[in-house]
Amino acid sequence: MGIDLARFHQTFFEESFEGLDAMESALLRLSPQTADREAINGIFRAAHSIKGGAATFGFNEVSAFTHLLETLLDEMRAGVRPVGGAEIDVLLRAVDVLRELLHAARDGGSADPAAVQQIGDALTRLLATPAADDGTPPRAAPSAAPPGTWRIRFVPQPQIFTSGNDPLRILRALSQLGELDVCCDTTRLPGLADADPERCYLAWELVLRSACDREAIAEVFAWVEDECELSIEPWRADGDACADTSASARRQAAEAQPLRLIEGGRTTDGAVAEPAARTAQRTESSSIRVATEKIDSLINLVGELVITEAMLQQLARTLDPVMHEKLLAGLALLDRNTRQIQEAVMATRMLPVDFVFSRFPRVVRDLAAKLGKQVRLQTVGEATELDKSVIECIADPLTHLVRNAIDHGIERPAERIAAGKDATGTIRLSAAHQGGHIVIEVADDGRGLDRTRIIAKARERGLAAAETMSDEEVWRLIFEPGFSTAETVTDVSGRGVGMDVVKKNVDALSGTIEVASTAGWGTRITIRLPLTLAILDGMSVRVGDEVFIIPLASVAESLQPSPGQIRSVAGCARVIKLRNEYVPLVSLREIYGVRTGAHDPAHGLVVVLESGGRRIAAVVDELVGQQQVVIKSIESNYRRVPGISGATILGDGRVALITDVAEILRIGSRAQAA
Amino acid sequence: MDTTIVRSAPPASAPPLDSASGGEFLTFRLGDEEYGVDILKVQEIRGYDTVTRIPDAPAFIKGVINLRGTIVPVVDLRMKLSVGRVAYDAFTVMIILNLGRRIVGVVVDSVSDVIALKPDQVRPAPEIGTVIDTRHIIGIGTIDERMLILLDIERLMLSADMQLVGQAA
Amino acid sequence: MKRILAVDDSASMRQMVAFTLKSAGFEVAEAADGAIALEMAKKESFSLVLCDVNMPNMDGIALVRALRQLPAYKFTPLLMLTTESGAEKKQEGKQAGATGWLVKPFNPDQLIATVNKVIG
Repeated sequence: MGIDLARFHQTFFEESFEGLDAMESALLRLSPQTADREAINGIFRAAHSIKGGAATFGFNEVSAFTHLLETLLDEMRAGVRPVGGAEIDVLLRAVDVLRELLHAARDGGSADPAAVQQIGDALTRLLATPAADDGTPPRAAPSAAPPGTWRIRFVPQPQIFTSGNDPLRILRALSQLGELDVCCDTTRLPGLADADPERCYLAWELVLRSACDREAIAEVFAWVEDECELSIEPWRADGDACADTSASARRQAAEAQPLRLIEGGRTTDGAVAEPAARTAQRTESSSIRVATEKIDSLINLVGELVITEAMLQQLARTLDPVMHEKLLAGLALLDRNTRQIQEAVMATRMLPVDFVFSRFPRVVRDLAAKLGKQVRLQTVGEATELDKSVIECIADPLTHLVRNAIDHGIERPAERIAAGKDATGTIRLSAAHQGGHIVIEVADDGRGLDRTRIIAKARERGLAAAETMSDEEVWRLIFEPGFSTAETVTDVSGRGVGMDVVKKNVDALSGTIEVASTAGWGTRITIRLPLTLAILDGMSVRVGDEVFIIPLASVAESLQPSPGQIRSVAGCARVIKLRNEYVPLVSLREIYGVRTGAHDPAHGLVVVLESGGRRIAAVVDELVGQQQVVIKSIESNYRRVPGISGATILGDGRVALITDVAEILRIGSRAQAA
Repeated sequence: MDTTIVRSAPPASAPPLDSASGGEFLTFRLGDEEYGVDILKVQEIRGYDTVTRIPDAPAFIKGVINLRGTIVPVVDLRMKLSVGRVAYDAFTVMIILNLGRRIVGVVVDSVSDVIALKPDQVRPAPEIGTVIDTRHIIGIGTIDERMLILLDIERLMLSADMQLVGQAA
Repeated sequence: MKRILAVDDSASMRQMVAFTLKSAGFEVAEAADGAIALEMAKKESFSLVLCDVNMPNMDGIALVRALRQLPAYKFTPLLMLTTESGAEKKQEGKQAGATGWLVKPFNPDQLIATVNKVIG
């Protein structure tokens, strides 16, 4: 049968990588003192599945390697092998090797043979040290019987049918090995009245002429060897098998007569069960895999639905509510259903932040060991969900922050003790929802940022830095391109990517990043991100005849400025006085080159925009309203537009552009500097 | 100038579809000249819709429209080439072009018909003075008394001159 | 058509078993663990159950034991998909009421041959 197993490879790799991740996180939770049986069982199961799949799909290197791992785990879960630090270490490294082997098997490369060899040896060495009890039973030496004729006596136990086995099937299988003479022994068969159709009363004397060996015959009986009396002997004499068997036995020719009776009993049983199938509901497994593109296309379609629905609502507003009562009621229902569909569809893209957090125990463990530091990792709010695309974009920046915290934040044990701190430092990763945002914090209890050194470093790099700057302003310097506070560039965090890359990534997600730090007490970095990149809560503003959408998250406040609140600085640049602060003022009309509509500054409104801790006031003509909008790309068919991050479609089908607040801030500060 | 929506059938005398540089072309007018574009690149023809202006775009890029959920830029070729009469009314039409990875709307004076040209009806573009750069012309098609300038519309629309595509910084 | 229930927590193994048996003309339902399988078996009837041994929630041994308690599955062939290393598992499975086993790794041909042997 030509089934191409390659069609299952994708699933195999996906589940194997998931299995490895699960093994890794379980191993990291295992500590020698608290060797939790269920955890070890889980790790074993994962290894076991990978081995089974790898062997089935022909990835022999993977299955051979996993076999070593599995054997070790099997001894651990049986309690005959201690779960010590050394074992956990080797297992963790084995997981890495396995991951490499799987990558190689999938992508056609090859894993580092030295690593495979080294960890394979380590596993073998561990296995060679005797466990408390060797669980494997001794294997019987295969008997080398000569080919020829075999005499087989097969006396099944009466209840053999209750294991689902059927002597008839076994006789059929034997007949496929060669020429089979069958004598049925019916001595145990009671009278029909006493016979229980669920029991087997028959026994067989068999003569098999076959070149097969004893093993092959035993194999046929393998499933029932504990449910029958069985003897398999080579038989030299040629002759009638039946004539030669026990004289006390009443014999019959091996017609399946009695078997038919038994089969009849089973048929009846089967017939009872059959109708149940008709009424049964098919239950499927609890989750399915769906390609991301399918979900994305679903999200786009729902976006269309939301727009169409908004369009209908707009049209309906012109209708007489009395005359169109039913239509309007239907539209209200449609509105509710549409929102629900939208939420449900968006939820399919939501993943717990644990998808990123789960990598950190390993990162922390490895890095701390490498740097000779003691670090404890605390995670809070792993179940907090956010959009898959956001998760993907945030993984690297977070890794960088965590590495930075270990590398630069947490002190060496001696230094910590000298400072009166616990020798083990703590890194706390937390995630929580706040409105339409997720807030992720990376906090350490290390030495904190060094104000003086940052200022000195900034000057060295030619950045504007003054002693008079507030802490907040100083901390912001670390996000400037090319800035690095490490005195020596380590291979840990000095990979050429710095905090500026972290900031850029966060900006790209329309997020914000903040730093709080106290010398000697630690540093806390807070990232705020939208939950999803597909939908945005927007404030629509009118500028001339045009409507723009400003992300609500970036709107600090909006106000009608009083005369005298706006001032010119150095001739042209303008600022607005907000309480005790002067905020630079820009006109969206000028930035976007709007030429329509009367421009009456006296009636203009000011929207204060905030991004990355900086503020700017933008003059608009009118605040139209707030609405949730579906973000569309302009760049898929056009190019990037300065000051614009994307577009959306309004209820009336028109396109509105979305303001890129971070860029407005940049444009604004350039204008101020000019 | 009268505006015509695509006629369903080509003239009876039209030759059958052929390969090479022949093929079926959608013809349209720009000023005094008649142009043709590969019909396979044409997604649809629409009336001129509400267009949202884009900041920082040249005047001939009218803005973007919502084409069933996709944001599509619209170029007014009449303005770009300074031909015809630039007006937007009920008769103004847009050709929606599907250029593989990109969708672009183009405003022209009027759309005429779809004609099939045999390779022998297509000559290489001479170095004559048309408003369009010769590099963006496949050839000149002749059918009866008509002369068509056959455009390499994909190349034209994606050229730097059109400013529709971001230039590598 | 003979209906078979394939139980394995590994999606790839499950897919392979299901696909192979479907191409051999059987109707196949799938379950990702013993607990799900047991629920399915209660609602529908199957001519054969193929189950992995190591599974979360309810392992193969427990599933076999539970199925054998059900009148509808008193005589139904229940095969365990096991690895060679699980010699004692075979015994444990047999004691729970399994009909037999199929040793992993197996190829599609071996699977079909075994299934045909049992319910063909």
